[in-house]
Amino acid sequence: MNEPDSAARRIPFGSIRFAVDWHMATVAEIHDETSTARSLRLKIADWPGQLAGQHVDIRVTAADGYQASREYSIASGASTDPDALVEVSIEELADGELSPYLVRGAEVGDQLEVRGPVGGYFVWRDDQTEPVQLIAGGSGVVPLMSMLRTHAAAGHPTPMRLLYSVRAPQFVFYMDELMTLAENSNDAVMLDYAYTREAPNGWARSVGRLTREEVIALTLPPSANPTTYICGPNSFVENIAMWMVDLGHPAERVRTERFGGA
Amino acid sequence: MGIFSPGFVGRRRDANPLLPPGQYEVTNFPVLSAGPTPKIKLDDWAFSIRAGNGDLKAWNWETLMAQPIEQFTVDLHCVTRWSQFGMGWRGVSLDVLLDGVDTQATPYAMAGCYGGYTTNVRTSDLLGGKAWVAFEFDGKPLAPEHGGPARLLIPHLYLWKSAKWLNSLTMMDHHELGFWEMYGYNDIGDPWKEERYS
Repeated sequence: MNEPDSAARRIPFGSIRFAVDWHMATVAEIHDETSTARSLRLKIADWPGQLAGQHVDIRVTAADGYQASREYSIASGASTDPDALVEVSIEELADGELSPYLVRGAEVGDQLEVRGPVGGYFVWRDDQTEPVQLIAGGSGVVPLMSMLRTHAAAGHPTPMRLLYSVRAPQFVFYMDELMTLAENSNDAVMLDYAYTREAPNGWARSVGRLTREEVIALTLPPSANPTTYICGPNSFVENIAMWMVDLGHPAERVRTERFGGA
Repeated sequence: MGIFSPGFVGRRRDANPLLPPGQYEVTNFPVLSAGPTPKIKLDDWAFSIRAGNGDLKAWNWETLMAQPIEQFTVDLHCVTRWSQFGMGWRGVSLDVLLDGVDTQATPYAMAGCYGGYTTNVRTSDLLGGKAWVAFEFDGKPLAPEHGGPARLLIPHLYLWKSAKWLNSLTMMDHHELGFWEMYGYNDIGDPWKEERYS
């Protein structure tokens, strides 16, 4: 392998805004996504808006002053409106510190603090013209939903295809909205679900993890020259990103965001 | 601050003095990478340091292994807020690899990687027994997902500075930003000062 040509691999860099300050935020709306996840819509003071795919730090303070913070992906589409609500969708982790509170404890009107938006690489901008392949594992769908919502809000003509691997139908986030987005997209948006443990009645595909052959069949091929965004647990992202590169997608056109250990 | 969440108690497991502010402890060594994992064969692996005067020092796998190898145990801190304690590594100190390089003339350095990742560090953060080219973790060759064959390891800075799949170090007389630093992450990245963002 040769030395990489760093000049040729320069990353695209636009106007990314960063805020180091914590913003006061109020929980404005809450709804359940699944039995173990829910979406919170936050009214954030002096919020600069966000790009599709960025995340935020959320900090929660206990009555005695104890604080804890974690990073969460933004589910809302790109926005520059400081008054727009910002949605985060949070899956409860068994050993989590913030997620049990955010999923089961937080109520409308509660206050917390938000910092960000953070991250500028795992983003999709509506001036991108190439086809887009999104691949989600479980709650990894959240930043990809931000991209789909941005695509829909722009009435964007470019193909955006989502392959969503999920345990069972009842664990699908944004189920109705995804269907509506696809129906209203003039065939620009395509959805494919892969159920790993339990599928709807009559579902043609048998349950199980995505195979390499399925990924080939259900994603935009290298000849379409897509940018691919993959988000999910590390082992899921690792395998699929490797397959995409093996299939001939240039590595710099495959962007990943991962959670969990190796 | 004045605001608090009545329903929030927290786990309070993070009162460990070894934890930098805002971090929590994990034991599963999470993986975070912006793209696919490059697969590099040991036979193809190379690492070079370009000095400020243009001189190049280069190693292949065999000549790296011929350097004095240190075994060390460190705590690692990721900007995404996890920290893991007591991690056992083997690697070659940057003090050894930078020996003979006029580092006085180059207070800045840019790490370059297979796959195109870059990160900038101060030369002072590479010297004084604080940084290594590491190739073994927990008694095993470093896994590709964690940066193998070899990664930079600078435990006293947030982990994005410890570039995976390390391929080059360019010593510079001037300051430049690396990959995440261009996207707004901190220039220096000291976890004890909580230098997360720029």
